[in-house]
Amino acid sequence: MSDPQPEPDVAELGVPVVEVERLEVNFKGRVGFFAGLLGRKGSDAKAVDGVSITLHEGEVLALAGESGCGKTTTARAIMGLLIPDAGTIRYRGEPLARSRRGLRGYRRQVQMVFQDPTAALNPRQTIYEIVAEGLRIHGVPGGPDAKTEDELVARALSRAGLRPPERFYLLYPHELSGGQRQRVVIAGALVVDPSVIVADEPVSNLDASVRGEILALLMKLREEFRISILIVTHDLGLAWTVADRVAVMYLGRVVEVGPAEEVLQRPKHPYTKALLNVVPEAGGTERPILQGEPPDPTRIPKGCRFHPRCPVVASGRAERIGILNRCVGEDLALEELAPGHDVACYLTGLGEEP
Amino acid sequence: MQTLDPTPSEPPVLVGEPANLVPPKSPRRIGWARRRRALSAFWKTYRRSRMGMVGLVMMILFILLAVVGPFFVPAKDVSVAFATGKPFQPPTVHWLLGTDNFGRSVLSLIVVGSRISLIVGFAATVVTMVLGAGIGIASGFYGGKTDTLLNALTNWFLVIPWIALAIVMASILGPTLLNIILIIGITSWAGTARLVRAQALTVKERPYVERARALGGGDLHTIAHHILPNVMPVIFANTVLTVALSILAETTLSLLGLGDPNSISWGGIINEAFQAGALSAGYWWWIIPPGVMIVLVVLAFTMCGYALDEIINPRLRAR
Amino acid sequence: MSVLSVRDLGIEYQTTGGGVPAVRGVDLEVDRGEVLGLAGESGCGKSTIAGAILRLLPVKTRITGRIELDGNDILELTPGKLRAVRWTAGSIVFQGAMHAMNPVQRIGEQIMEPILVHGQSGEREARIRAGTLLEQVGLPTRRLDDYPHELSGGQKQRIMIAMALACSPSLIVADEPTTALDVMVQAQVLQLLRTLQHDLGLALLFITHDLSVLVEVADRLAIMYAGKIVEQGGAEAVFHSPAHPYTKALAAAFPAIGDMRFRGRPSGLGGDPPDPQQIPSGCPFHPRCAEVTPACSSVTPELWTAGPARLAACVHVSGAPALEGVSR
Ligand SMILES: Nc1ncnc2c1ncn2[C@@H]1O[C@H](COP(=O)(O)OP(=O)(O)O)[C@@H](O)[C@H]1O
Ligand SMILES: Nc1ncnc2c1ncn2[C@@H]1O[C@H](COP(=O)(O)OP(=O)(O)O)[C@@H](O)[C@H]1O
Ligand code: SF4
Ligand code: SF4
Ligand SMILES: [Mg+2]
Ligand SMILES: [Mg+2]
Repeated sequence: MSDPQPEPDVAELGVPVVEVERLEVNFKGRVGFFAGLLGRKGSDAKAVDGVSITLHEGEVLALAGESGCGKTTTARAIMGLLIPDAGTIRYRGEPLARSRRGLRGYRRQVQMVFQDPTAALNPRQTIYEIVAEGLRIHGVPGGPDAKTEDELVARALSRAGLRPPERFYLLYPHELSGGQRQRVVIAGALVVDPSVIVADEPVSNLDASVRGEILALLMKLREEFRISILIVTHDLGLAWTVADRVAVMYLGRVVEVGPAEEVLQRPKHPYTKALLNVVPEAGGTERPILQGEPPDPTRIPKGCRFHPRCPVVASGRAERIGILNRCVGEDLALEELAPGHDVACYLTGLGEEP
Repeated sequence: MQTLDPTPSEPPVLVGEPANLVPPKSPRRIGWARRRRALSAFWKTYRRSRMGMVGLVMMILFILLAVVGPFFVPAKDVSVAFATGKPFQPPTVHWLLGTDNFGRSVLSLIVVGSRISLIVGFAATVVTMVLGAGIGIASGFYGGKTDTLLNALTNWFLVIPWIALAIVMASILGPTLLNIILIIGITSWAGTARLVRAQALTVKERPYVERARALGGGDLHTIAHHILPNVMPVIFANTVLTVALSILAETTLSLLGLGDPNSISWGGIINEAFQAGALSAGYWWWIIPPGVMIVLVVLAFTMCGYALDEIINPRLRAR
Repeated sequence: MSVLSVRDLGIEYQTTGGGVPAVRGVDLEVDRGEVLGLAGESGCGKSTIAGAILRLLPVKTRITGRIELDGNDILELTPGKLRAVRWTAGSIVFQGAMHAMNPVQRIGEQIMEPILVHGQSGEREARIRAGTLLEQVGLPTRRLDDYPHELSGGQKQRIMIAMALACSPSLIVADEPTTALDVMVQAQVLQLLRTLQHDLGLALLFITHDLSVLVEVADRLAIMYAGKIVEQGGAEAVFHSPAHPYTKALAAAFPAIGDMRFRGRPSGLGGDPPDPQQIPSGCPFHPRCAEVTPACSSVTPELWTAGPARLAACVHVSGAPALEGVSR
């Protein structure tokens, strides 16, 4: 076994590549068919409600949280796939352009990998056409070491681990396994030489046995091409294997962010701790599992938005240490606990552990 | 533990693909190879449909008739002034299908008329498809106000009786061949548009459309590469059926006296027969043969259309 | 006493493209009050086994071997008898089942249905029983009058569990019951299944592609590859000291937080599972195996002893016959 990797130091973080500041995205209320029949009105969903995250050069940042907490929405906003209601997104210091031209240039740099590779591939296109699509949109780059379209496609496919690439050219997505399909999606992103990849749950639709291979591929891209990766996941075990830093989201907000070693080994927010409790562990020690339904962004509780499910509140500890009033009544923001480690919980102000 | 080795094992090599499949190199050749493969797979399935094959053979015969038939008919055979036969001659060995009021051979008229009937059928279908697909895609893909407006227009065209609209248009525009084609196209695109809109609505929600956008593709790229290819199969079978409907529509217009009087079509022949009182006088050879031709050609295209629909649409449903 | 006993089960689907041998000689045993975890990649034949136990496979399918459920020889039962056995002796909870609920029927009626069909009690008692079941799966009784769309995914899966329990079966087959659920909800459902199984002394056959899910649930594990069991033993033992290279790869794919060996080094299994119509010769795992030996492509390993109460189908295990060029 080789040595453990050196712990990434905050001072070591590269320059910021993508900066998201106080992002807000609301979705207009929708009602289900039956509810609509009953005359119910939908209320607006504050899917993302003030998220700030920074992705640094060459870094892998994991965005974690239960489903419905706004991870995909954040990722789509970063890709410019939806227009935020408030907040800014900057790429290398420049605010995200809204013009068609500007967005196109941006998307040459920032590429996306999707959760369901089967759905993300057009069933009527061959693998070649799928991978070449980016080149057909952006044009084949010229320059001194110019390559033809099929050379670039072949290179992207083999970088994504599909070798020999020519064998895949004429196949259709349904002729590949799930893992291979995700590799095709990754090749399609790589072909335009991006500097950032936003991966939305890239392995959660894959068989557990092939997940590692896809993650290893992403890690290799980071190492070889210094691609910065934002990886959205609900699995903190996955964050432990790949991420330098972890941002934990709850109900549209980041509640804890910091170096993976800190956040995952010494969590400071009760919600992070609850998420860690559900990572299965050999030897199954009995750990408390957070009860209740995933949070609903159409009904955001007052105060700390986690308080209706927070074990610290439920156990009466919040009351004993005198933070209960604030937990249920006063909204709170992230505060720096240690350099690079921010937490949004009243416990930390008292120096208490969750 | 050996499985924790930091270097991931070699990427998977595809198994089960025939080794002799040497992939072509240039992108255009790849496109062609793919189309060839898709076509041959399609043909294999199509060949299994008896209805489709009968329809196809009939269709090819009609197209051949329309393309080469008229070259074998001397111009004077179908000319009002120089026709050689006696008027109203019943079928004989020499005049296989008898003659009309000017002494023209009905057989020659039918052969010449096939060309106009099919031209009208195909050309009107092109108009229908271009209008239907264009409006359907614009409506489904862009949504919002565009959709509201175009959808209202589509519904309006769907509910008004086409024949009333066609009569009004024909009397305004005048009965030329081109106008007939336009009238049929304009009165029949709405059904196609509705079909295309529904398909465009579902396709645009597919994650691969979002992937195309995330890649930097604009609306036109998305429509050309993702929406259109996924809409085509749905309208393909519909196209073949539309040819049949257009030929029928042309017949109907001709029977109403709204056809182009200067060109010979099957509908036109029957109309002239009616006007000359062929029905009451019992000149059946003047009415039945063109009628049978119309029925047969419509049947041929309909059979093909249904066979196509059966192949294409279950496959779409299964996906 | 074993509730379920499967002997030399072979299952071949009949398709236009020929026979698909999805299961090729499987032995399984589940005792009362025991949880057997069946794990393996998609396509290895897990759901096929589940389907065979309740005879839910397409009629044409060729099934050989013997399945004994609660003393009934499942493969020999008449259709009438089979219907009586389904749901009373064994029931199933599947992954997609929560989408298979009837959207226009109230929850209560759907839970009562199997009870009434099997004539176990009248309408009134059935409703009382449905209420009790709902409470057992952690939902309030008033939910009986709800429609499925008023429930979340996790709640629907709880209802599916309640339905599976309705006729007090001896065995529950849970086929990927938590795969489509969110992490937190998944943990809740797992906890529920475990509690119920323990309290009711049920036999549970728990099927999943994700070995990590089984860690906290199963007593014993059976690892499946290409239609065969390749390793069997106590759950703890199989996890902590896997004997088969395939199990090793599966176990290594799920990281322990805090273990620095996993930091920055995701690991998994290369290659793809074999097509059941083209299973490699010898050990079917040999094209992907990290410990492959020259003998592996010709010798077909059987479940040899690999330690106390452990079996593994690999030439490296202690119980394997001596082979040239193979180290143990
Ligand atoms: N297009 C949409 N329209 C309406 N609501 C949406 C839409 N997309 C997401 N939402 C809602 O926003 C919330 C956050 O969703 P999402 O970002 O997908 O969460 P996550 O990826 O963390 O599971 C959810 O409650 C979801 O229902
Ligand atoms: N109805 C069917 N007809 C033909 N082949 C099938 C059928 N159902 C499953 N198979 C094949 O049998 C194999 C095992 O499938 P399954 O038991 O569903 O695997 P698992 O549940 O382990 O993912 C797969 O290769 C699958 O393609
Ligand atoms: S602020 Fe209060 S309610 Fe919120 S997480 Fe901390 S202790 Fe729990
Ligand atoms: S028998 Fe050989 S190929 Fe099969 S698992 Fe053992 S070492 Fe690997
Ligand atoms: Mg998501
Ligand atoms: Mg299955």
